[in-house]
This record gives sequence, structure tokens and C-alpha cells, in this order.
Amino acid sequence: MRKLRTSDRMRELMGHYYMQGHQAEFNAWITSGAPVELLYAMDIYPVYPENHGALIGATKLGGYYSEFSEKRGFSRDLCSYARCDIGCVFAGTSPIGGLPKPTFLFACNNICNTVVKWYEVLSRIFKVPLFVLDMPFVRKELKESHLRYVEEQLYDFIDFSEKITGKSLEDSRLKDVISKSLEGVRLYSECLRTAKNRPSPMTCFDAFVNMAPIVCLRGTEHAVSFYTEMKEELEERVRNGISAIENEEIRLLWDNIPVWYRLRWFGEFFERRNACLVADTYTNAWTGFGELKKDDIISSMAEVYTLSYLNIGMDMTAEIINRLIEIYEVDGVVMHSNRSCKPYSFGQYEIQKKLSVPAVIIEADMVDERVFSEAQVVTRLEAFLEML
Amino acid sequence: MISAGIDIGSITAKCVILRDSRILSYKVIRVKPELGLTAREVFEETIRIAGIERGEIDVIVATGYGRNVVEFADKKITEITCHAAGASFLFPDTGTVIDIGGQDSKVIAVENGRVLDFVMNDKCAAGTGRFIEVMASALGLKIEEVGDLAFRAAKKLKISSTCTVFAESEVVSYLSAGERVENIIAGVCDAIASRIVAMANRVGIKREVVLTGGVAKNLGVRRAIEERIGFEVRVPEEPQIVGALGAAFLGTR
Repeated sequence: MRKLRTSDRMRELMGHYYMQGHQAEFNAWITSGAPVELLYAMDIYPVYPENHGALIGATKLGGYYSEFSEKRGFSRDLCSYARCDIGCVFAGTSPIGGLPKPTFLFACNNICNTVVKWYEVLSRIFKVPLFVLDMPFVRKELKESHLRYVEEQLYDFIDFSEKITGKSLEDSRLKDVISKSLEGVRLYSECLRTAKNRPSPMTCFDAFVNMAPIVCLRGTEHAVSFYTEMKEELEERVRNGISAIENEEIRLLWDNIPVWYRLRWFGEFFERRNACLVADTYTNAWTGFGELKKDDIISSMAEVYTLSYLNIGMDMTAEIINRLIEIYEVDGVVMHSNRSCKPYSFGQYEIQKKLSVPAVIIEADMVDERVFSEAQVVTRLEAFLEML
Repeated sequence: MISAGIDIGSITAKCVILRDSRILSYKVIRVKPELGLTAREVFEETIRIAGIERGEIDVIVATGYGRNVVEFADKKITEITCHAAGASFLFPDTGTVIDIGGQDSKVIAVENGRVLDFVMNDKCAAGTGRFIEVMASALGLKIEEVGDLAFRAAKKLKISSTCTVFAESEVVSYLSAGERVENIIAGVCDAIASRIVAMANRVGIKREVVLTGGVAKNLGVRRAIEERIGFEVRVPEEPQIVGALGAAFLGTR
């Protein structure tokens, strides 16, 4: 696989991001699907335990840190991000020396309901306030009452944060953050869309490695400049006909969170078989935040965040995947049945039937390397490629 | 043209030698910890039975979990593709292959010998040959006795646990409650059949259904599957060699 130059820049950027968290006057631990724009607009530094979990997975220490929470009674069936995050708190460290102690906690259940219990545990450990932003699950359609319910909570959250920090949210500041968020998401989406090209200049593994800025730095200038650079590099590849893998014959779509401790292994496995995973449902989920409206911030925020990828019914999910299949012209879908992420993995066998191309399901976990069975995964994937 | 197919599974290794679409010889042996050695042994033995020289073989294809240890193979193909090819070689109108092996089970939707779709059991021994082995040993039976005994059962006792370990304790408690061995083992066979048929429904069951793998020899499981799908399945004379046969056949193409 040809490495992107921007990946080095990403490491540097995220290194700074984590360091700054320790210096911030106020910081909030936040879930990946929450409206981070509100925090940036109030100068509250966002800290992402999920991103930290991914980092632990990538360093292959998931099992090690999980055990710190498992030996205190947390079940091995719980999400491995949660187990690692809580485990690191108990261990008093992590591969990056642990996260800064939170001023408060901000959990939004539009990605799963585990985050509610997880953050309640953190709230008890750190003895800091917790705000739960409760988003109704959208089975078929988004109702007006849902939106009003979420909108009211967004105002409550602003009050909650203002009381803690003693500062008030400035309208102009929020508008500025939203502009940057929209710009960042637009550039990020354009980066992902370059994979429409044949051969593709990037793989979903490039997307995974370089997604941290859109998650953690959305709404800041950092994300805007980072994705500007990444887009330039990808477009340069397209102009010069440089492909991400040596010989792209089969194009595939990845579903679910990556197997962080096996990113390189998967990348090389597919490259050796001339298959390119050009896109994935996970990183594409962040392109949906591009629908915020500058002149109607709070109500558009309620809508956009309630309709997040993991907060919608199976038919809508299948529709989105089919759209990605069409956009990226893929021949098949590799679905990771992720032991940790129940809302993401639930229904995959049903969704598989609704897709316009064949799909294969492999079992693994995003962070816990102890559940990975290489021979089983290899047999399923090889048989799938033989079938295609 | 002479081709050889070698299937290294979790419990047994199989080899088939084909000459112009006719089976010359085959052999099934127990897998030893040294997989490379097992592969050579089953291969050499099959050559010996065929009465040919090693040099006469044009192509060797390896399959099964241990396919990558067969260093002398010209090609490696997964057991899914090989089972589809092998079953269709024996029964040209194969629509579905149900393979129950030692450590995994799979259902393959097939059309003209090609794989349309497949599903495999997850990280669990339920629904595999190992499940029966564990239950047989809890009941003090030899694996060969299981099928006939189940066939003679007056009723099927319900095994509700899917987990092999818990199912074993269910079996033991039935024994201590004085239930008859054949009724218990019939329940064990039905438990496997129920898991397999549920899995088969995911890819859709289309005739003819060919049952392969060591468990296909078990009449209890076979009948339980037939009851659940509502028609008879086809079972090759030697169901264990279908993967190796498919590998040998694919080697000729």
C-alpha cells in the first residue's frame, strides 16, 4: 500500500491535540456522535475516549487495558472502547499517558446506549457532572416532536455548560465554529469521494487512519487545513494515475468500525489479492454532518445529529449502503460483525439481503485482539473473493 | 490428465486422485499435530493406492484450514469453492451444499458448480462434528454408534443449550434422571440439525441438497435435517472426500 504523506501530518496534529487537552482550562469527555461544535464555541476542550480506544487498539494493547476493568467486574461482552477507557482510568495511564481529568462529561446516545452507562461510571469515578443528550431512535421517519425534544435539550446543554464554565455562548463565535465545521466536513467528504476514481487513490484504511481530525477537531481551523492538504495529495494522485494499491481488480466496501489492531494485516491481505477496499460506512458517517444550517443552527443541529448513521432503522441503513455501493462502484461488501458494537452489527444478516451486491460477514472486534481468529477470517474472505 | 486434491481439515486429512474425471483413489486419515507431515502422508498413501507414480500427477490443489501448509501444492482454493465443485461433480443438479465438518459447518448456495452465496457457523462448536463427539463421549458411545442409535429412539429429548459445554451438562443430567441413551442422542442430533437448517435458511435452501463432511454419515443427523427441510437430501458414498474431490476437479480446469 502506498502511504499518504498526510498521515504523518495527522500524527503530528493529533499529538498536539492530545497535549492541548492537558492544558485546557475546561475539558469535556464527549462521545463521537455528539455536536462538538457547541463545545468549541464555548472554549471547552473536547476529549474523545472513543478515539483514545481506537488508538489503544492500533497499538495492540486492547486486551491489556481491558483487563484492568474486567478484573473489577466489567463484562467481557461490553464494548471494548468502554472497557479500555475505564481500564486506563483504573491503570492511571495509557499509551499516551492517559486522558486529562474531565471538567464534565457529555454523552449523546445517538451512537449507542452503552455510552450512557459508560459515562455514568466515569461520572462516579471522577465525581464530575454528566449531561446525557437523549436522541430518539428514528425507526422510519423523524417526527416534529423528536426534533423539539432534542432541540430543548440542546438549549439545556448550553445552560449546563455556561453554569459550569461561568462563560456564555456568543452567537458570533458559534456561527464561526459552524462555518469551520461545514468547511471541514465538505473537504473531508471530497477526500473520501476521490475513491470514486478507478483505480482509487485511497483505501478505507487511509480513511480510518486519517479520520481523527474530522471527529475530534471538527469546527476548528485544524480540520480545515488538514483535509485541504489531504485532498490536494489525493487529487495529485488521481492526476498522475497513482493508485492506492498495486493492482486494483476488485473494488469493495467495508462495513462497521475497523479492526484497529489488524489494519495493516487487512490492507496487505486485500492488496495481495488485487482487491481494494475503496470506501466504508464508518468514515462516511461523518459526511452527514455537512447539513448544518448557519442561519438555523440549533434546530438543524437537532435534525442532523438525530439522523446519525447508527440512530436510524435498518431500511434506511441499507439504503445508505446501497447508495455507497453505487457511488463507489464496488463489487462486494465486507461486513465486520463487531463483537463490541451491537448497534452497528445488529441486523447485518438482514441488511446483507437488501444490498445490491454480494456481502460476506466476518467476526471480530474493533479493539479486543483476543477474540480475533485469523484462520476463520481468512477462509471467509478468500472464499468470498473466489466467489466474486 | 491426472490431478490430486488434498483437504486438510481440523480432524481429518483427505486426498483424492482424479484421472480424466474418474476417481482413481482416495484416502482419509486423522490429522496429526505436524500438519505438513500429515499432508505428505495422505498424499503418498493415495498415490500408492492409485498405483501411479508421483511424476504422473499434473496438478495438485490444496484446500481446507490447513491448505497453506501443503507446500507442494500448485494451487490453494478455499473449502467453500471446493465443496461446491465437488458436490456438483457428484450430483450435477446440486443447489445447496450442507457441509458439517469437525470444527465448522457451512451452507453453500450453488449453481452449475459455482458458489452463489455461503454462510458459516460463528465462533462456536455448536452445529459441528465436535459437538457430537463431546456428547457421544459423555454418553460413553463410539462416534460410529451415534447415528444408528439415534435412529432407534422412541422420542427426542430437547437439548436447549446451544453451547457445547452447557449442552454436555444437560446430557449428563438427562442420564442421571434415568432417560434412555438413544432418546438423548436423538435430541443431540436434532439440536445440530436445528442449527444447521437455521443457517441454511439464511442463504435459502434449493434442491438438490447435498450433505457432506464426516457428520453426513450420521443417520440421526441426516434424518433430523430431512424432517426439518421436508425432503430427502443426497449423501455421497464417501461424504468426507467432497472437498478434496472438488479441489482435484478444479485443478483440471
